[in-house]
Amino acid sequence: MARSLKKGPYISPSLLKKVEELNRTNAKKVVKTWARRSTIPPEFVGHTLAVHNGNKFIPVFITENMVGHKLGEFAPTRVFRGHAGKLTERKLQLK
Amino acid sequence: MARIAGVDLPKNKRIEVGLTYIYGIGDHYARKILKETGVDPDTRVHSLTEDDVAKIRNAIDNDYKVEGELRTEIAMNIKRLIDIGSYRGLRHRRGLPVRGQNTKNNARTRKGPGKAVGKSKK
Repeated sequence: MARSLKKGPYISPSLLKKVEELNRTNAKKVVKTWARRSTIPPEFVGHTLAVHNGNKFIPVFITENMVGHKLGEFAPTRVFRGHAGKLTERKLQLK
Repeated sequence: MARIAGVDLPKNKRIEVGLTYIYGIGDHYARKILKETGVDPDTRVHSLTEDDVAKIRNAIDNDYKVEGELRTEIAMNIKRLIDIGSYRGLRHRRGLPVRGQNTKNNARTRKGPGKAVGKSKK
């Protein structure tokens, strides 16, 4: 279900502060963040954020198209390596 | 023969139903369009006057996104999700359910007809 419009989008306050600081000083720096639930506001565009996926930080370069999505959408938390017993292309080649 | 938005409408159906043969127009929009144009929803397609057809065609062309245009828009939306590398784009690319449904069973609409997953024979 969508979030109530009354509240506005959730943007991690501390992350926003850090990015605005970068915007002010015109610096480009990778900011590490765990705030996967944070919506991407227009201020983030052009920055690279390292979004935690539970294991490591995935660098995400924010483009204009990403505004309105959540940071977590760009750092997958699961790795699917295929089902056991199913031969993939690569395994077949090794055979 | 009424031809609207590049689609031939079935001759013997009521116009309210006939309009839903156009991609992008369901029963809700069909009723809305007929209300706007003042055409009786119970008229059969073959007995529509040229004037009525023109009115309906006009209303659809001006205010509704149908057929090719609508399909393009939907394809563009999906392409955008894929291009920005989002989770939803990934699911579209893999042909799996996009909105968090279970995939242990079912999900056949997205996955297509079932493929047997047998034990590998040695």
